[in-house]
Amino acid sequence: MWKFFHQLASPPYFYRLAARIAPWLAVPGIALIAYGVYAGLFLAPMDYQQGDAFRIIYVHVPSAYLSMMAYMIMAISGGIGLIWRIKLSHAVAAAAAPLGAAFTFLALVTGSIWGRPMWGTWWEWGDPRLTSELILLFLYFGYMALRGAIDDTAKADKASAVLALVGVVNVVIVHFSVEWWSSLHQGQTLMKKGGPAMDPAMLYPLLAMILGFTFLFGSLLLRRVRTEVLFRERRTRWVREMILSPEGS
Amino acid sequence: MENLEMGNYGIYVWSCFGLTLVVVLFSDWRARLRQRRVYRDIEVRIKALEERQ
Repeated sequence: MWKFFHQLASPPYFYRLAARIAPWLAVPGIALIAYGVYAGLFLAPMDYQQGDAFRIIYVHVPSAYLSMMAYMIMAISGGIGLIWRIKLSHAVAAAAAPLGAAFTFLALVTGSIWGRPMWGTWWEWGDPRLTSELILLFLYFGYMALRGAIDDTAKADKASAVLALVGVVNVVIVHFSVEWWSSLHQGQTLMKKGGPAMDPAMLYPLLAMILGFTFLFGSLLLRRVRTEVLFRERRTRWVREMILSPEGS
Repeated sequence: MENLEMGNYGIYVWSCFGLTLVVVLFSDWRARLRQRRVYRDIEVRIKALEERQ
């Protein structure tokens, strides 16, 4: 087990392994999303209160979930990189940031579009879930700006890892905001005590979308980490040998 | 057609799904583009070094 983790931290090993795994995540991801989109849009019954507007949850919920998961991956990887000085961890953190920002943007915009017909407003500044999610987007931007502002990769890794770790507080706030404060945003539906409060005909497409988005995110992340590893290792012998070999990457 | 109108919520629902598709495709395209650029830059540098040697 330890041997596997030790091998995994080796950039050339990871680079080759990620190339093999990425397609195996993308294919089931796309299949699950295709089912989720079809079932969510055409098979799931209309919500008795929200009408067909509820179907926005099939893209909003997976995006919101990934916005937090990507941040946790970024912070944990940064933390591992800081403590155990594993270079690959910093590459994972750097690669997760743009994806996390993209899904946070999606969560905010799709939530806002849903809010217009349901709440009668695109945005509500007093709402803790909306505001903390917006802060999450700014944290991603701050993280990427900080990395971009420091030329020395090792220094950029350390500084950005500290920022990512501090920002974890906000992820906790995003998650529990609907329980801690009164919010326009609806409370937990899936992770509710006593099981999800949804009809199976609505729930299964949502679970398929969440799983499909996770697989797709995994595939995108692995491809981004490969690029990050290649860039960081550009002066090493294994990269030189790989480029000069007839098979290339 | 009724299915597409989604009880007058069609514009909201379809714009969310469309935007999601655009963002996911854009993320994929950006990842591929950066991979190609980084690989090409390293390839050019290494081949130039090889030629000099």
